[in-house]
Amino acid sequence: MPSIDDELSPLQLNRFQQLRHFLTIEGLSRKHLTDILDTADTFIEVGSRSIKKVPLLRGKTVANLFFEASTRTRTTFELAAKRLSADVLNINITTSATSKGESLSDMLRNLEAMAVDMFVVRHAQSGAPHFIAKSVTPRVSVINAGDGRHAHPTQAMLDMLTIRQHKHKFEGLKVAIVGDILHSRVARSQIQALNLLGAEEVRVIAPDTLLPPYIDQFGVKVFSSMKEGMRDVDVVIMLRLQKERMEGALLPSEQEFFRLYGLSQDKLVLAKPDAIVMHPGPINRGVEIESAVADGPQSVILNQVTNGIAVRMAVMSMAMSGQIAELTADEEVA
Amino acid sequence: MSGRILIKGGRIIDPSQSLDTLSDLYIANGEVVAIGAAPGDFNADMVIDAAGSWVTPGLVDLCAYLREPGYEHKASIASESLAAVKGGFTTLCCPPATSPVNDTAAVTNLIYDQALTAGKAKILPIGALTKGLAGEQLSEMHALREAGCVGVSNLRYPFRDNQVMKRCLEYACSQDITVFVCPEDYALAKDGCVHEGATSGLLGLSGIPAIAETMAVAQWLILAEETEARIHLGQLSCAKSVELVADAKRRGLKVTCDVALANLIYTDAVIKDFNPAFHVRPPLRREEDRKALLNGVNDGVIDAICSHHQPHESAAKLAPFAETRSGMSVIELVLPQIIALTTSGELRLDAAMRALTSGPAQVLELSMGSLQVGSAADVTLVDPTTKWLVTESDLVSKGKNCPWLDTEVVGLAFKTIVEGRVVYDRSLMME
Repeated sequence: MPSIDDELSPLQLNRFQQLRHFLTIEGLSRKHLTDILDTADTFIEVGSRSIKKVPLLRGKTVANLFFEASTRTRTTFELAAKRLSADVLNINITTSATSKGESLSDMLRNLEAMAVDMFVVRHAQSGAPHFIAKSVTPRVSVINAGDGRHAHPTQAMLDMLTIRQHKHKFEGLKVAIVGDILHSRVARSQIQALNLLGAEEVRVIAPDTLLPPYIDQFGVKVFSSMKEGMRDVDVVIMLRLQKERMEGALLPSEQEFFRLYGLSQDKLVLAKPDAIVMHPGPINRGVEIESAVADGPQSVILNQVTNGIAVRMAVMSMAMSGQIAELTADEEVA
Repeated sequence: MSGRILIKGGRIIDPSQSLDTLSDLYIANGEVVAIGAAPGDFNADMVIDAAGSWVTPGLVDLCAYLREPGYEHKASIASESLAAVKGGFTTLCCPPATSPVNDTAAVTNLIYDQALTAGKAKILPIGALTKGLAGEQLSEMHALREAGCVGVSNLRYPFRDNQVMKRCLEYACSQDITVFVCPEDYALAKDGCVHEGATSGLLGLSGIPAIAETMAVAQWLILAEETEARIHLGQLSCAKSVELVADAKRRGLKVTCDVALANLIYTDAVIKDFNPAFHVRPPLRREEDRKALLNGVNDGVIDAICSHHQPHESAAKLAPFAETRSGMSVIELVLPQIIALTTSGELRLDAAMRALTSGPAQVLELSMGSLQVGSAADVTLVDPTTKWLVTESDLVSKGKNCPWLDTEVVGLAFKTIVEGRVVYDRSLMME
């Protein structure tokens, strides 16, 4: 059977194996992820300074290309870029304007012509950042801010940073991811990151209608019962359930979903006493999590938000370094 | 020019007469007149030295999209019929997904006229099963057949309901016309763009489950049994589909089937970098499906291998995977890919050649795909050993959406003859 080159890993790494784009967790090493977390750690204190800026991206231009609406993610990317001293363009694009590949390609070429150095891409189609990363010149880095159901690697890394802050290591941890796994790009990236960083057990808890096919091949244990899946876990990650997903014969009702899979105090007691509760937001209170838990002592949801800026600063600065290193090497060869 | 041609010393491979022998082939008046010894009065106008080459019946393709009329920005009958003979094909069936849809004799006639003007491969249109492919009203199947359509199809367009499907088969049966079915349950396939499996789950792409095909195959077989219609199931992709067809054939149903080249070569694993070259429909499936399809060709349950040639303009593949158009431009690469499969031992040469010649001819119930004395002299001369690099400029198809660009392949057609006329000569193209 003919084979093709696996372009996935090389696409986001430069020839020195440094981050060049950040598209997905897949294909990266544990060291890459640890470097991101360590770099993010160094940026956390920037947010508490009176002048919240470092000059790492001074003179660089970052374009936030959001083909899909998102306030929180776009804001944290914008803040991260500004704290790195970059100039930031926020471009909200309706999907209808780019329903043809040609217009997307044309738009990228125009932005390249304006000497933009980095694209932060949110798109409803899985693989869109890959397409863009393959299309752009060597003078542009692409950061995936969430694509379809595929990946949301910066969200996964901010979750990892939050877990590391509270649990200090990944070895020996049991982590449960609960809810709409099928539609979740966050869950896919979290599963890959947790496995790569050495978590003991990654569990997914959902009804079969909300699980991707062959989920058992992703390195997870599958549970359809919260009672069984929550037992003795160290971390509970609740996922957002979009209300429109309730239609299409996926679930009978919000009420039944909450009763079976919503995180309430009586279900949380099944986890370890010091278990932390996470949620990528925005929260549907009373659908996937009850307010007492979301606002309770075990919740680290707001830590996640704070960490989002540091992780995005880390990823952007590392990808820019990777781009510069590659360009410098190319110039030396020339 | 049609004349007397002696093809000398080639390896004649003709599954229609279980022939695999080193011999001479004689052509006169557009027909094969002898194999072995020359007829008494034979004086060749042209002698082709075929030493070291294969001499096969011209290849017959049951599904090649030519895009004309209506989509000439993608391809034309002239460009694709040249690509076809370069690939060794002498006969092509083109689906009715044209604009306007080929649901009238006028469109069929137009296709025949353009094919005649192109003067390369024989082009046999497949008409629409329902008007406008809308799945509601029966097309004028009798008129389409009279105009030269070799079958009717609704491709992957949905039917209003099962009653329409049943009536389509009943009417087609009464008009003695074969229904070419692309089995796919519309609701189960929905917005899918890849096989529903581990790869689709990992990449977050909407999947088309295997049961979208197998349920449709089962449904069509039940309808065919009920109506006694003759159906041809096109581009099977699942192991279970092959099983269902094998069982139906054992029970004596009038059913035939084919597989697209891509499904014999690849699985969905190749999609992991979102390469839109591999966006095809039916999707690339699991390794066990690919193996079952290869076995189906080897044991004869699968009657034909089709190119499923779908040329596109370059912009059609310049988008995120799910937004790209499905299909590959492959008609020039079928032979080298088949040679690779026979070299690796996955396909038997006789079975592969049958599936490219006499097999599809039998599906069409036409006397072609054979080198028997008296047959039309549609002949392909194959150099099975030459290595060549596939480049965009080398492809004559207008569609450059070929997954093998910039790769080296082995084997090619170097001369293609249609009814005794050399319509492709690689040595002339190379000059």
